[in-house]
Parts: sequence; structure tokens; C-alpha cells
Amino acid sequence: MTDLPLSMDRQSPPLRRSGWTRTWFGTPLNSAITLVCVATLLFLAKEAIGWLFLHATFEGTPETCKAASGACWPFLTAKLRYMLFGFYPYEEQWRPLAALLLFFGGALASMAPSLWGRALLAAWAFVLVPALAVLMAGGVFGLAYVPTTQWGGLPLSFMLAFIGLAIALPLGIGLALSRISAMPAIRMLAIGFIEVVRGVPLISILFMATVMLPLFMPDGVTIGKLLRAQVAIIIFAAAYIAEIVRGGLQDVPKGQAEAGSALGLGYWLVMRKIVLPQAIKKVIPPLVALFIGFFQDTTLVTIIGLVDFLDTVRSAMRDPAWQGIAVLEGYLFAAAVYFVFSALMGAYSRFLERHFRTTQD
Amino acid sequence: MNKSLLSASAACALGLLGALAPAVSHADTLDTVKQRGKLICGVSLATPGFAAPDDKGRMGGFDADICRAVAAAVFGDGDKVDFVPTNINTRFQALQSGEIDVLSRQTTQTFSRDASLGLDFGPAVFYDGQGLMVPKDLGVSSAKELKDAAICTLPGTTTAQNLTDFFGAQGAKFEMVVFESPDENRAAFYSGRCQAISSDRSDLASIRAVANNPDDYVVLPETISKEPLAPAVRQNDSNWRDIVSWTAWMLMAAEEKGITQANVDEKLKSDDAEVQRMLGVTDDLGPMLKLDKAWGYNVVKAVGNYGEVFERNLGEKTKLGMTRGPNTQWNKGGLLYAPPFR
Repeated sequence: MTDLPLSMDRQSPPLRRSGWTRTWFGTPLNSAITLVCVATLLFLAKEAIGWLFLHATFEGTPETCKAASGACWPFLTAKLRYMLFGFYPYEEQWRPLAALLLFFGGALASMAPSLWGRALLAAWAFVLVPALAVLMAGGVFGLAYVPTTQWGGLPLSFMLAFIGLAIALPLGIGLALSRISAMPAIRMLAIGFIEVVRGVPLISILFMATVMLPLFMPDGVTIGKLLRAQVAIIIFAAAYIAEIVRGGLQDVPKGQAEAGSALGLGYWLVMRKIVLPQAIKKVIPPLVALFIGFFQDTTLVTIIGLVDFLDTVRSAMRDPAWQGIAVLEGYLFAAAVYFVFSALMGAYSRFLERHFRTTQD
Repeated sequence: MNKSLLSASAACALGLLGALAPAVSHADTLDTVKQRGKLICGVSLATPGFAAPDDKGRMGGFDADICRAVAAAVFGDGDKVDFVPTNINTRFQALQSGEIDVLSRQTTQTFSRDASLGLDFGPAVFYDGQGLMVPKDLGVSSAKELKDAAICTLPGTTTAQNLTDFFGAQGAKFEMVVFESPDENRAAFYSGRCQAISSDRSDLASIRAVANNPDDYVVLPETISKEPLAPAVRQNDSNWRDIVSWTAWMLMAAEEKGITQANVDEKLKSDDAEVQRMLGVTDDLGPMLKLDKAWGYNVVKAVGNYGEVFERNLGEKTKLGMTRGPNTQWNKGGLLYAPPFR
């Protein structure tokens, strides 16, 4: 601690106290604020623990819950399957469960940078995605056909978010490249598309896809609502991804592309091997932030009548047997699920940043 | 050059969409339903008593049973129905686009909906109306005694308009307190933020049902609006509309004639000529609607008569504890009046 005091501290030279005691108890006012805050936090923690555990009901019926003052956990056990899978036929619910597990397994494996490559892409395209589709929709291998109108809950949320982003990412990269292209027609089209889509809220695109599109269709033709919502999300995500990727592209020094061209590489080779890898690495944090945002934005599909995870939780709470008894419990459960997956994505993004920092340069 | 390329790709995309889309014939809903092997019925996602999923995700409730009755009329099996949750924003569009075959979702029949939305209503299956609920210790027995009261409501132009009309006619003042979500609205009323809460009477019943002590609250006798809730079908398919209408009337007529889920088999031997026609013992009423001869028997066998459907989902033994009110047979002073089956 031999550093010169900063100019701000010159009035009162630093006391021989460690940093946090000075910040928290430096002046009488600070001490008072600290004490009040600590007391409030302790009080809240005591109340929360009392509600969550001590006075909570862990087994029983709505009536036992009503009598107790704490949380009502039997609500979650009674409604768990409905909240997770919605209106998917009860006897067939092992299928969305298997699909979810398969998806998690695939996603977990795909997280390892050492596995990245064409083989992984092919595995997703030709094995995992078809397997997921067969599990969910059925109709073959003796599995009963389950129309998309019966899908709901967590698998629906994941599907909208991750299929949406998986397709939107290459689309977005293409749009970003088009936007900085030297060809005016392509550039104008890309700019027009991106600006129009970014200029309207996701809700209005969802409404367009749900309410307007069917009116334009020839009589007798309908497209599943789920597919329409999925396309709307892809279009919307692609525009945002394009702008993020463009930021990364512009951050790559011009010399890189010029050096590539000087070596006789064509445009696509320069982009694929030199510019894009550097650009994407730079924009991983904002991309992941966008992904987390989109995962949560899928809850908007509620307003066009798709039953996503948050919607199944909400409707479970309106069961007359439980209504008014377990309100906070349901929302807490939904919050916990969204938090876990968002936190996982965030942690993975930090891992990727470290990984690239060590492998780069 | 660019333009032709663009239109070519647009045509291509449209063609692709068309190829992906299963063709649905709007002309004859019955054929479509029969071909599909299932009825698709639009209901509300979670309105206790009308349509709400149980722990297994099976849709139950008054509106859901109307769907089951129609499925039973068509297939002889009340479970051959897929429920599609619709919300207030998308319900009519879902019907117009052919996504659902019947809309059975607490929908009030009004002139403008009937005339301009491309749909036709069946008979009203539930006569609802906006009412007011107050705590008992307010000591009020009529809405006319409410003066300068704060009234909790949900947003919605008709709810507010009805209150303004009603209190305006009384020359009384009131303060409207509007909440966005039903949960907040309910909590505000129970915490004493408002002296009264106003909504459809069926809704008031469910709000009262979840009170800590339901007996502390009383629904006032005044009904300040007419809300006949009716199933709806697409316009210009009169056979399908007839099927839905007569299925609803079958439920009402079955109650009038004393046919229940339990005794419907005995009633096949009934001497009453109309009962015989309803259950398909004599005459061929069903085939006139391109239905099975025993369609009426199937309907009652699947869900019971109107009274049973009401008592099971909304009646006094349920959490909602609703009385029949205007939803009583015409010969007992109610509004249920099924045309004759002959």
C-alpha cells in the first residue's frame, strides 16, 4: 500500500484499514446505511427461508396448503408434467422428455470446441434433428401421430428458441456479408430487410404471421401456427444477428482480407478462412446475450395462442383447485428454469471467450 | 432482370409453402372432420369451470364438454377431439383460417361479430351477464345502494361502458380502478382497495371461490349486461352449423325429457315419441344432418344432458358453486328452450 494517494483521497489520507471496512463503516452515515441494509437483508432472508422451507407445505392437498402460511410445493409435484409438456398426450409424454434429454445431450456435446466440424454439423442435420422430429411428431415406427397443436411447454420453448437461432445464425451471417457487399443491389436488399425487421417489434411480426398471413393464403390452405411463429422468430433473429456480425466484420482490419486476396484466395475462401473466424470470435459475448434474450422472448408466442412453458405454468395456476393458493410458487418455478438455462448459456459464453483468448495470437 | 428473379423466387417460396401446407376444404367442415378422424375445438386456455386442463393436461369444463358433445355426435366418441387453446386476440382468426372447426370459448354473440367476422353462432349455451360483488359487511344488498364506490375491473371497453351506463342511469357516481391481470384485480378487491368488483357473473363466481372465506362475499342481484355465450362456426356451412346447434339443443332437450348419462340406455325403450326420435329409435333425424342415426344417444352417453354438464363443471358442488339462474329450462322460468325434435 505504498501507492501515491489518488487526488480524490487527498483531503483525508487513507486510514490503516482494509478496503471494505473503510467503504462500509468509514463515516457514521456509511455505518448507519450499512447496518440498515444488513438488517433489512437479514429480515428478508429470514422471511424467505420461513416461507420457502419452515412454514412450507411439502406434501398434501390444496386444502393443507391453504391452512399453512408458507409455500405450497405439492402444487409443483401435481402440475409438473402439465407445466413441462402442456397438452401433449399424457401417455406419450415420455417422447417430449426423451426429445429434451436428447437435445440436452447433443447441445452438451456440441459445447466442446474440439468436436466442432463437419461431422458435428452432419450429426445434427441427419441424426439428431430427424430423431427429435420423429419423437415429437410421431407417425412412424409405431409412434402415434401428435399434431403440433398439441405441443407445448418446455419442448416448445426450446424448439422455438434453438431451431430459430440455429437457422437464423447462418442467415444472419449471410445478411451481414450482403450488407457490406460491394454489389449495390444486394447491399440495398440486405439493408432494407434488416432495417424493416428491426424497425418493428417481435410481437407485430408474430401477429402478422398469425393473423395476417392466413388471410393472404389461397382458400383452403393453412400453415401450422407453430411453423408460422417459428419462421417469424427466424426472420427476426436473423436481422439482429446480422447487425452484431457486421460489427465484428468491421472490426477485422482491412489488411487481413487484402492479404488473403494478395495470396490469390477468392472472396468466399477469404471470408470463410480469414475474416469470419476472427469476426465471430469478437462478437461471441453480444451473440450470447442475444441468444439469452431470444430464449426469453419466446414467451411472447403466448399472445398468438401457442402454449409455451410460461403459459403452461400460468394456466396451471388457474386450476380451480389451486387458484389463488399457489401463485408465487408457479412463477418461482418458471423463473428458476429460465434462470438455469440462461445462466448456463452465460457461463458457456465466458468459457468460449477464455478459450479463444488462449488459442488466439 | 432483378425483378423477374425476385418474383420467381417469391413464387417459388409460395409454392413451397403451399406444398408444406395440408389442404383444408372450407366448403364442408363435416367431411374435413370425418376425414381427419378428430374434431378440432378452440377453447380458452385456462378459465376454471369453462375450459381448464387437469393435472394430466386433459381439458375439462363446460366449453370443453360442448366440444365433446359435438365430437360424440359426429364420431360416436366424445374423446375424438383435439383442444386448441385460443386467446382473445386470435380466437376468431383461428376459426376463419380453418385451424379449428368449432369455437367454444365463452364468446358473447353480438350483432357486429355475427355480421362482420365471417362466422355464425349456434344457440346460446350459457346466459351470462356482468354483475357486481361486494364484501358482506359492506351491508349492501343491491347495486343501487352503491354510492361513490371504488369498483375494481379488468380493462375492456364493454365492462367499463356497462358500469358507466348503469350508474349513469342511477345518477350515482363511482370510481373505476382498472387492473391489467386477473390476479392483481382479485388481490386488490380482497385487500379492500375497492368496495366492489365487477365482471361477468361466471367470473365473479370463480373469484369468490378462491377467497379465504367465500361466505364473506356476496354477488349482488343486478345483472347489468347481456352476455349470451354461444359456440361459433365458420360462415356459409349451414350443415355444420346445424350439427353444432342441434347438438347443443340435444343437451337441453335431454334434460327437459329427463334423459341422463346413466339412464339413456333405458330411455331407448321409452314410449315418448320425441325421446324415440331424439335417440334414433324411430325416424332418421341423424342422416338428415349426414350423421349417424344414434347421434343423440351418443351425445348424451358421452357427456350427459345440459343439467349434468352444468352441475359437473359449474354447479353448486364444484368450487365455482354457481346456481342455474337464467340457465334453467324454459318451463321452469329459465331461458333454455330447445326447438322440437321432429
